[in-house]
Amino acid sequence: MSAPEASSALGLRLPATEPTAQPAVPTIPWYTRHAVTLGSLAFGVAFLLTWQLLPPALGVPSYIIPTVSDLIAEAGRMAARERLIYHFASTFFIGSIGFIVGSLLGAAIGYVLGMSTLLEKILSPYLLGLQIAPKVAFAPLFIMWLGYNAWPKLIVTILVVFFPILVNVLQSMKTVDRDMINLARAYSMSRMQIFWKIEVPASMPALMAGLRIGATLAVIGVTVGELVGGNTGLGYLITFGEGQANTAMVFNAIILLTIIGIVLYGVVAFIEARVLHYIPRAIR
Amino acid sequence: MPNTASVLDLISVTKRFVAPDGVSQLTAIEQVTMNVRAGEFVAVVGPSGCGKSTILNLVSGLDRASEGRIVLNGAPVTGPNPSVGFMLQKDLLLPWRTIVSNVEFGLEARGLSAAERRERALRELKRCRLDDFANSYPYQLSGGMRQRAALARTLAIEPAIVLLDEPFSALDAQTKMILQKSFAQTIASEGITTVLITHDLLEAATMSDRILVMSERPGRIIDEIIVDLPDRDNPMARMHQPKVKQYVDRLMATLHLEEKVA
Ligand SMILES: Nc1ncnc2c1ncn2[C@@H]1O[C@H](COP(=O)(O)OP(=O)(O)OP(=O)(O)O)[C@@H](O)[C@H]1O
Ligand SMILES: [Mg+2]
Repeated sequence: MSAPEASSALGLRLPATEPTAQPAVPTIPWYTRHAVTLGSLAFGVAFLLTWQLLPPALGVPSYIIPTVSDLIAEAGRMAARERLIYHFASTFFIGSIGFIVGSLLGAAIGYVLGMSTLLEKILSPYLLGLQIAPKVAFAPLFIMWLGYNAWPKLIVTILVVFFPILVNVLQSMKTVDRDMINLARAYSMSRMQIFWKIEVPASMPALMAGLRIGATLAVIGVTVGELVGGNTGLGYLITFGEGQANTAMVFNAIILLTIIGIVLYGVVAFIEARVLHYIPRAIR
Repeated sequence: MPNTASVLDLISVTKRFVAPDGVSQLTAIEQVTMNVRAGEFVAVVGPSGCGKSTILNLVSGLDRASEGRIVLNGAPVTGPNPSVGFMLQKDLLLPWRTIVSNVEFGLEARGLSAAERRERALRELKRCRLDDFANSYPYQLSGGMRQRAALARTLAIEPAIVLLDEPFSALDAQTKMILQKSFAQTIASEGITTVLITHDLLEAATMSDRILVMSERPGRIIDEIIVDLPDRDNPMARMHQPKVKQYVDRLMATLHLEEKVA
């Protein structure tokens, strides 16, 4: 951004200023620059230490609250004996596929409804109803219909991801600046050109916000699917651990589910930073 | 001097909208007849809500007149057409595009190659003295620069007529004066036929060849002032002319501004 700053706000050339000696920029010590990161790390360490030391000190047995070292030991046992990697991969895979398919479907239908006011008006009461309905409660139905396999989990995940993305995209399609569309019409652009050149890019912030929500919901969807039925996935390990009163196993499964959520969310944030690069940081 | 070929003609144009109650009709403009000749700069002033923007929408083909005819370069206006360029108070730059690709936007519905589009956009940016900012994003430009970019986009389609709807009214007083001068220069040097809709009576007098005054809604043309001043390409120079004050006084009288209470 050095070139733009060389001219005044109106683009009038300013007389070139002599390259005078720059006032020395005070160097900020490394511990100040990374104060926030260091603070977060310190908090994390303190939290883990408290978790490790406090329950035993208060006499809480490890089958109620396992310590951090208990969790690590149990994770090793689960990896060796309970096919932890397999369950983790299954949840990760179904969660990701469900998230991707749910996002694509939600966005596609959001755009179609956004293009067709009539269709949107006809369907909106039903969409609202479905949006309010607790989607995870459908899980047992899908199991009864499709059996104990990957499909019910996948469909529940798709369903929970689908709606927030559809709603966000539809809402943004309805609020695109009319003057912007009129400008495109005045330039003799076709409906499809207006869609691709204005409506789709204008909906990107809303789509990205929907994807962020969807990423967290995907984990909930796949977990509920696994809790309700089947013998695969971290959700299954939770019910299995519960049956054995193995709290460490339940804790570990929850931690791994959270990690899957963080990965999905991180991917969305990564894509968003690239797609919405034109939005100044202070506003974003 | 503007030659006499007529670029735009409105002949007894009336536009009615459905009133907010959804039943009755609201007449925005009534029996408006006006014409703009090639190379002419016409200002339209009138009270808020008198239908100035409505005229712009009709001429640009975004909306249809209820009655009357609009003729552009000898052909009736039936819909959006490539010979009209318009610009609003909002710059309407697409925030996700660079300035040069914003300027190309208007050319994208035409059969031009990407290279031709880029070439024309860069030429236009140069003319509006924005070539250094071709690859910047709109948020990196000031309000005045964004309006100049919007003018570049408008001129890139090489319109037969340019409609400006209060293009300076969102700017601060000084930026506005500088931009008026910049627009006036560009428009005069290219001989672009222009209609400027404005609330600013001084702007109308310093920038135009002719001022049309509209009444309260339903808007009609109630006065026409021929601005007989030199320096149409330099509104700042015109500001010092004593005659400008006479024109503004006459506009104020016609619009009954002094009798109005807020
Ligand atoms: N699409 C529309 N539907 C209904 N009424 C409309 C529509 N567009 C404009 N009007 C009405 O027509 C009248 C003229 O509107 P217009 O925008 O042309 O005024 P204007 O002269 O440009 O006002 P301003 O100076 O405030 O911009 C107003 O009363 C407005 O409410
Ligand atoms: Mg207006």
